[in-house]
Amino acid sequence: MDRFVYADNAATTRVSDSVVQAMLPFFTEHYGNPSSLYHIGQEAHAAVDEAREKVAKALGAAEQEIFFTSGGSEADNWAIKGVARKLGAQGKKHIITTKFEHHAVLHTVQALEKEGFEVTYLDVYHNGVVHPEDVAAAIRPDTCLVTIMYANNEIGTIQPVPQIGRICKDKGVLFHTDAVQAVGQVEIDVKDQCIDLLSLSGHKLHGPKGIGALYCRRGLRLPNLIEGGAQESGRRAGTENVPSIVGLGVAIEEACRDIPGRTREIKKLRDALIEEVLKIPRSRLNGDREQRLCGNANFCFEGIEGESLLLLLDFNGVAGSSGSACTSGSLDPSHVLLAIGLPHEIAHGSLRLSLGDYNTMEDVRHIAEVLPPIVQRLRDMSPLWDEIIKAEKESN
Amino acid sequence: MAYSEKVMDHFAHPRNVGELADANGVGEVGNSRCGDIMKMFIKVKDNVIEDVSFKTFGCGAAVATSSMATEMIKGKTLDEALKLTNKAVMEALDGLPPVKVHCSVLAEQAIKAAISDYYTRIGIDPLPIVGEIGDCEACHVH
Repeated sequence: MDRFVYADNAATTRVSDSVVQAMLPFFTEHYGNPSSLYHIGQEAHAAVDEAREKVAKALGAAEQEIFFTSGGSEADNWAIKGVARKLGAQGKKHIITTKFEHHAVLHTVQALEKEGFEVTYLDVYHNGVVHPEDVAAAIRPDTCLVTIMYANNEIGTIQPVPQIGRICKDKGVLFHTDAVQAVGQVEIDVKDQCIDLLSLSGHKLHGPKGIGALYCRRGLRLPNLIEGGAQESGRRAGTENVPSIVGLGVAIEEACRDIPGRTREIKKLRDALIEEVLKIPRSRLNGDREQRLCGNANFCFEGIEGESLLLLLDFNGVAGSSGSACTSGSLDPSHVLLAIGLPHEIAHGSLRLSLGDYNTMEDVRHIAEVLPPIVQRLRDMSPLWDEIIKAEKESN
Repeated sequence: MAYSEKVMDHFAHPRNVGELADANGVGEVGNSRCGDIMKMFIKVKDNVIEDVSFKTFGCGAAVATSSMATEMIKGKTLDEALKLTNKAVMEALDGLPPVKVHCSVLAEQAIKAAISDYYTRIGIDPLPIVGEIGDCEACHVH
C-alpha cells in the first residue's frame, strides 16, 4: 500500500503529538491520586483543575460547570437521565429530540419511554436540519427537556442551536446538546447560545479516547449517574483519569484556539473532495451543502452497497465509513439516512469521508483517483445497477 | 467483526462474476431493502451445470458467498447442486461472522432459484424437485 489516507475523523482522530507529550508525565511522574494530600497527588489535582479551566474557556463556561466523564455517551446519559429523574418526579415526563440523534441519546430516551416518558422525535427534513419553529411547537407544559445534537455525526449537518436555545430559555425548558462532533469546529458559547447542558468527547478533537465532559449550567443540580467517592464536587464518582483529562484540556485548547482558521483549511479540502466525487454518475451528497461541519462529506452511490465499498477503499489505502446495514450490525441502514428520507436501497450505498487537520490535498487527490473505479467495479457486478440502467433507458 | 482470509480472497477476487450470455437458468433472490441481491446464472447440459456465474449487490460476505457457491456447483449435477447447503458454503469460506450468516442462506437460495428457472423453462414443474424457496429468515427480523 503506497498511501494511507485516514478519512474517518468523525469516528475518531489521531491524538496530537502535543497532547501525548502533555499526558505522558501523568503516567510515570505525577501519577498521584488527585484526592491525596502529598505533593504528587496535589500536582495531579492541579493538572485536573487546569484542564477544567481549558474546557470551560472553550465553551464560554465557568470551571465549576464542567464535569469530566468517561466520554460523550456518559455525558449524554447523565444529562438526559438526570433531567428526567429530577423533573419526571414533578410530573414533567415529555422529552423532545430529533429522529437522527446519536444512539447515546436515542437509546437513552427510548429507555425512558419504557419508564413512562413520552418522546417527540422531530423531523430533520431532506437537508438534515431541524426547524426551530418545530421545537417551539412541540414544547408542552410537561416538557422536561429538549435534547438536540449540535452537529450530526453521519451527515455533518449543523443544527440551529442558538435559536433552539433561545426558544427553550423563553419557554423555561431545559436544553441539552450533544456537541461531540461540533466542539472545535463550530464557535460555541453556552451562555450566548442558552445551552443548559452540553456533552463533549476528547477523541474527536485529537485527544485521547475514554474521556469527555458534561457542561451543566450553574444552579442546575442533576441527580448523579455514577455514585461513589467525592470526586468532581461529589457529582461524578471515580478516581479521575488524570492523563486523559490533561490530554482533553490540551486538545480542546488547541482545537478552539483558531476555529475559523482551522476550519477554513479543512473546508477547502472537503469542497474539493465533494466536487470530485460528485462527478461520479448517480452519486449524491447527503445533508445540507452549506450548513455542515468543515470536514464532513457523506455520499450515496446508487446500485452499490457500502460495506463492499469500504473494503475496496481499504485495499486502496483509504479509511472511511458507511451507514449501510452491513456496517451497522443490523439489517436496516443508518437511521440518519432514513431520517432524511433516503430509500433503503440508496441508504445502503452510503459513504462518509470525514477530513481533519492531518489531511492534505494529496489525500483528496488520492481518493478522487481510487474511488471512481471502485464504484464502477461494484456496479459492474451489481444486479441492482443493471435495473437502474434499464429503467433509465426505458424512461428516455 | 472480522472476515476470514478466504472470505477476503473471494471478495477481492470473485470467481465467475458477470452475466452468462447463454444461461438457461437464472435465479434472483434477496431485495435491495435488506441490502443484498444475488443473481445466479447457470448453463445446464445433460443434467450437469456446465457453467455458472453470478452478479451480487451486497456486502463483502454476500460477494464472497456468491463466488464460493458458484465454484462449488460448477460441473456438478443438478441433484448435487441442490444438496449444497448454506452451512457447506460457510465452512468452505472458513466461517462467517454471525450477522453475515444470512448471506450464505441467500447463496443457497440463489442456486435453487436458478435451478427452478431451468426446470420451468424445459417444462418441468420445479416445485416437487427444488421445493419452496423461502425468504431469508434474517429478513424477517424487522
